[in-house]
Amino acid sequence: MPPLDGDLWSILWLSLRVSGVAVLISSLIGIPCGVWLGLSQRRGRHLLSAVIQTGMALPPVVVGLVLYILLSRSGPLAFLGWLFTPKAMIVAQTVLALPFVIGITMSSVAAVPSELPLQIRTLGASAWQCRWAVLREARHGVLLAVAAAFGRSISEVGAVLIVGGNIQGHTRVLTTAIVLETGKGDFAFALALGAVLLLLALAVNLLIARLQRGRWPA
Amino acid sequence: MKETEMKWSSLAAVLLVFVGCQDHEESETLVLATTTSTRDSGLLGVLVPMFEKETGIDVKVVAVGSGQALELGRRGDADVLLTHAPEAEKQFVTDGDSEQRRAVMHNDFVLVGPRNDPAEIKGESSVVEAFRRIARSNAPFVSRGDESGTHMKEKKLWQEAGVEPQGNGYVLAGAGMAEALRMASEKQAYTLSDRSTFLALRDRLDLIILEEGDPVLCNPYSVMVVSPKKHFRVNQKAARRFANFLLSAKVQSIIGEFGIELFGQPLFFPDAHPGNMD
Repeated sequence: MPPLDGDLWSILWLSLRVSGVAVLISSLIGIPCGVWLGLSQRRGRHLLSAVIQTGMALPPVVVGLVLYILLSRSGPLAFLGWLFTPKAMIVAQTVLALPFVIGITMSSVAAVPSELPLQIRTLGASAWQCRWAVLREARHGVLLAVAAAFGRSISEVGAVLIVGGNIQGHTRVLTTAIVLETGKGDFAFALALGAVLLLLALAVNLLIARLQRGRWPA
Repeated sequence: MKETEMKWSSLAAVLLVFVGCQDHEESETLVLATTTSTRDSGLLGVLVPMFEKETGIDVKVVAVGSGQALELGRRGDADVLLTHAPEAEKQFVTDGDSEQRRAVMHNDFVLVGPRNDPAEIKGESSVVEAFRRIARSNAPFVSRGDESGTHMKEKKLWQEAGVEPQGNGYVLAGAGMAEALRMASEKQAYTLSDRSTFLALRDRLDLIILEEGDPVLCNPYSVMVVSPKKHFRVNQKAARRFANFLLSAKVQSIIGEFGIELFGQPLFFPDAHPGNMD
């Protein structure tokens, strides 16, 4: 039986879609949080950043297991009907990527010289204009945060395997396909899938690098 | 300025396409939790598309160890189960998680190992005695270690042999059948496998069958529809259709012929006849 043939495209597309949406959601939540925390002078922010950075060490299988229990038909979120769907996989990868977005955004915003916001404020900018200016200044770090989030999402296998179920044609992505083919002993095919995954990551990172270089609207 | 705006709006457009492309699950779906052997042997690759075409129901196959498959059923996360763990299945019915367990097919377990057979089990007619010899010789043995049907069978055989598997040679892999076979091949160890997975993978393995044919090695597969009494979200109607499909005369004969072309012998033997139940 040929293992995948035409399915390869659907696997590739699903990987890109699940991880892409996860990165999008975690960026929409994480970048504002990171900017706010990076500019914050409150006490306790060091403790908070330690907690967020601990989130980078979240084991994917644990995230997968907890989400499985929540989304299970016997679980509290059963009404969503998300178990074994790409939606559950997006949630899992969002949880995994979020600490990367917040943590790296926070430290790159904190690294912007503190005179900048002061100067801008004295020039009469509003608080929001000030935040945007800092974000522009920190854009290399912020886009690094997005790249790290994508890397975490696309390469993760433990969580999507549990909440997605590695179902052919529904929830099989590159990493879970690699696990399956390795298990079956088809190393050549598994390696080829790994190469596809890396090429995909390269393409996405080239796009991110372009944004890092490009001009941002004022 | 214009150029930047265009770049940003095209980026936004790409992202919108992404979000817009969420899956629409308009067709009826059925979650089948099954053991890895039915998938890895290729049998489900034949039967599932047939069922989908016939009924229009989308089948989601979650292939895990029988222990995990039963747990998925117990939690109501699967609608129908195709497993091979008789004791655990009976418990499942006793607990009210399914109304009945129906025999679909069987094949057999084989004890495979390295060609040089360090424990000298070849020719031994009793598999229990073969297990004793392996334990005595302290030869390496890879156990699935994952509460799958095969693992449960293996534990039962050790129990009947009256030995506690232990020592350096005994490896609890915590892996599916295909992985366990590969590990056994690498370590030149013995392992218990269902015949279908072994045959499907034997070209890539440096292992041979050393024990087969002992009646205790019979490996029956049953289908169980998860009871909607416990889980109202279970799609019982579609699950019943799938169970009846497996037990229909047409599919039973396909099961009986599956593998003859590829391996020169059938991988499964159909077991369903009218009124067949526990």
